[in-house]
Amino acid sequence: MSAPLVEVRDLAKIFDVSPPWLNRVVERKPKAFVHAVDGVSFGIERGKTLALVGESGCGKSTVARLLVGLYQATRGGVRFDGEDIAETLAGANAHTLRRRMQMIFQDPYASLNPRWKVLDIVAEPLREHGLVRDGAEVVKRVGELLDSVGLNPADAEKFPHQFSGGQRQRISIARALATRPEFLVCDEPTSALDVSVQAQVLNIMKDLQRERGLTYLFISHNLAVVRHVADQVGVMYLGRLVEVADKAELFARPRHPYTRMLLDAIPDIHMTGRARTPVQGEVPNPLNPPSGCSFHPRCPLANERCKAERPSLLEIRGVRVACHAVEEGRAG
Amino acid sequence: MAADAPSNPTAGPSTLRRLLDGDVWHSFRSSPVAMLAALIALVCFVCALFAEVVAPHNPFDLATLELLDSLKPPSWVDGGEPKYLLGTDGQGRDILSALMYGARISLLVGIASVLLSLLIGVSLGLLAGFVGGRTDAVIMRICDVMLSFPSILVALMISGVGRSLFPHAPDMLALVVLVLAIALTGWVQYARTVRGSTLVERNKEYVQAARVIGVGPLRIMRRHVLPNVLGPVLVLATIQIASAIITEATLSFLGVGVPATSPSLGTLIRNGNDYLFSGEWWITAWPSLTLVLITLSVNLLGDWLRDALNPRLR
Amino acid sequence: MTAPLLEVSHLRVEFPTRRGTLLALDDISFSIAPGEILGVVGESGAGKSLTGAAIIGLLDPPGRIAAGEIRLAGRRIDNLPYEQLRRIRGREIGAVFQDPLTSLNPLYTVGRQLVETITTHLDLTASQARARAIELLAATGIPAPEARVDHFPHQFSGGMRQRVVIALALAANPKLIVADEPTTALDVSIQAQIITLLKKICREQGAAVMLVTHDMGVIAETCDRVAVMYAGRVAEIGPVADVIHRPAHPYTVGLMGSIPAMDEDRERLLQIDGAMPRLTAIPPGCAFNPRCPRVVERCRAERPELAQVGATNAACWRPVTVEAVR
Repeated sequence: MSAPLVEVRDLAKIFDVSPPWLNRVVERKPKAFVHAVDGVSFGIERGKTLALVGESGCGKSTVARLLVGLYQATRGGVRFDGEDIAETLAGANAHTLRRRMQMIFQDPYASLNPRWKVLDIVAEPLREHGLVRDGAEVVKRVGELLDSVGLNPADAEKFPHQFSGGQRQRISIARALATRPEFLVCDEPTSALDVSVQAQVLNIMKDLQRERGLTYLFISHNLAVVRHVADQVGVMYLGRLVEVADKAELFARPRHPYTRMLLDAIPDIHMTGRARTPVQGEVPNPLNPPSGCSFHPRCPLANERCKAERPSLLEIRGVRVACHAVEEGRAG
Repeated sequence: MAADAPSNPTAGPSTLRRLLDGDVWHSFRSSPVAMLAALIALVCFVCALFAEVVAPHNPFDLATLELLDSLKPPSWVDGGEPKYLLGTDGQGRDILSALMYGARISLLVGIASVLLSLLIGVSLGLLAGFVGGRTDAVIMRICDVMLSFPSILVALMISGVGRSLFPHAPDMLALVVLVLAIALTGWVQYARTVRGSTLVERNKEYVQAARVIGVGPLRIMRRHVLPNVLGPVLVLATIQIASAIITEATLSFLGVGVPATSPSLGTLIRNGNDYLFSGEWWITAWPSLTLVLITLSVNLLGDWLRDALNPRLR
Repeated sequence: MTAPLLEVSHLRVEFPTRRGTLLALDDISFSIAPGEILGVVGESGAGKSLTGAAIIGLLDPPGRIAAGEIRLAGRRIDNLPYEQLRRIRGREIGAVFQDPLTSLNPLYTVGRQLVETITTHLDLTASQARARAIELLAATGIPAPEARVDHFPHQFSGGMRQRVVIALALAANPKLIVADEPTTALDVSIQAQIITLLKKICREQGAAVMLVTHDMGVIAETCDRVAVMYAGRVAEIGPVADVIHRPAHPYTVGLMGSIPAMDEDRERLLQIDGAMPRLTAIPPGCAFNPRCPRVVERCRAERPELAQVGATNAACWRPVTVEAVR
């Protein structure tokens, strides 16, 4: 088995959200930190899709941004095709790396500059990396890109506000594909779209992956969508990975109590009539996370060890789970 | 792959067509106040710009002045002549012509100082908003300090210092110092507005997308953020022109503004003041009225522009 | 059959703009029985939020009701003057909106807002009102209600805030609750809690609910009947299980097919090509005809009315019959 294209090891990001210095001195408040990502490790194989799911505050969007270099990691690192991205991005070869990985964002209305023509938006990566020689070539390449996402090449002359949400998201995809990247980070790309539009965009993304051998990191809070697109799924809670498994395995036999809770909580249109365990509590404040396993206040299987000791991600029969109950065989 | 039905195969409409169909133009057409204000402002601008052509006399050409014609009242009053439509001043200068030349100076100083303010304010605001941290803090503190000084006082100070440093300076330099003085008091609000807008735009996904592509921060500031933060600045600038003209008029009235050889509306008002109590009201009245007209029309235009550009009011 | 609590007949909502009059809701008719939960589902631009707003009387001007009737317990409420409508709002109709952060006034305690609503509509003394407020907070599952009644909205988390909003909506014991995307802004696990709460408390108080949302899963779990809206019209309406499993209108079929399923793997999702028409460009005849896989000439010329097809009512000239989609 070849080395994974993307390898993340003990990735962590701590944000300093302390009140201003003067307030701290006068009101005697301590410094405050948010461990948005707290030691995450995973790998993505070439041509596959890893989905990261979780609720708000779990850190999945932060992981996405760490992977493309929008944030600097506080700890740990990301390796892309064997090279450390932090080093490369700080060095002279940053552009080479940037060409190989791109990102698609959640909000189709804010991800395109409202004052730029679509032509300029999609051509920006081409121009920035010097991949085109003259105006005619720009028009041609942009036309091809627009066509590959199901839009008309003549749309390049229009402005973003003339398009619907789904079309804008396709323009974003076209822009992301301009430099022929190998790796795409998708941060909730369909969450802001209507269901039927979402279907169009997801189909396009799957087709493109098959045609071009793309590798995806797909962030979402919608487990049904994740089920449709992912090969592997990682579940995050308060900055940590609690379970990583192949898709079929995760949905058929979820191990971690939080995964089970999530799967139970999803309102399902097919009403399979499964027995539901009532959902307890809410996601705690990330400024003040619980000790030990951060899920213990809401977990039906929590014991003393869970309150004191943070579980590490252990591999148990092909599935990685961070749970004492699973490790001890207490989870049914 | 199926194309979307609403995606039009033909190219979009031309820019002019878009402008004419746009909400801004429509809002303009449906506001009589805005149209009137625009008309008045346009007339004033044209007269000021083409004063040599439009004005009936050249009030600053000593050879054409007739001292005998001094202190003539406006033409419709007893004693007035149609040759001097609005009357003459103490040296026989035609008031109407003096108005046009004066307006030119006023507008020149007003617009130049606003442009300079814009340059300083927008750059600093962008820098503060985009870079953040210490830079932001320092720039904002400078703004706070500048705001605590009354603008006239600062302008007076700079003008006064300039004059004492260069007592025999050419007129051009005096004008430059004046423009500088007014500009240095006005940039703060641009900086703050732009900083606020930049903070909002900086977190938007299109800026992050540009960063992921690898575009450098300076280029992002200039090409992505700047076009999106200029809207409210435009409105401010329009209204600031009026305020700058008044500041200049005040300074000239106080005697520390434009040099005497190129009098602005403020200078004319001041000169006319001496004659007010001897009954020659027109020497002060017409420049004052012109000043009010120009500033009022520019202000009204600015008001309309702000409402027209506000998406929530559409 | 009992008389319906809410009856909307041939409702038309227009927006006069400088480009002409936009028809946002075109001849909407449906009814809600007392104690029933009706879901109104549709994509953005379909007009479902507008329907809710029209019923509560909160249409943003220049939008206005151009035709049709809205009857609450037999009484017309769409043409009432402001004062009378204000009295009905809160007393007989309660509202729950999407964003709990902006639904509550940040400057007043939760208790004060509850008491204000209670005393406006019910004849209770201040202390009785406060007792009822604490009761309501307890009923919506807020722990330690006697203490939390004096807390400010920012001291509650998102899910708790939405519970407070529900308590507020139920404060005066209304017969109808209009809930506009009440769970969209919440996490999945909290969503489940709020849905369960809404169902339980409405059954207990005997209130009917009009639940407006784009999330079909929420509809499936909560509602008795559902109306599917498209381009300002009702495409299909019927019992929830029938609309989901045996949809008759091709749009509903496409909609159900494009939702990724939790229990089945599919290579490609069913997609409906194109997009919902903008209000300025609604095609003649059936609004869905440019995108419909079952279109015939008649669809382009004549607009279909709601007619019974199997267990649901669909507005279609060639509805899908008999064969179940799944």
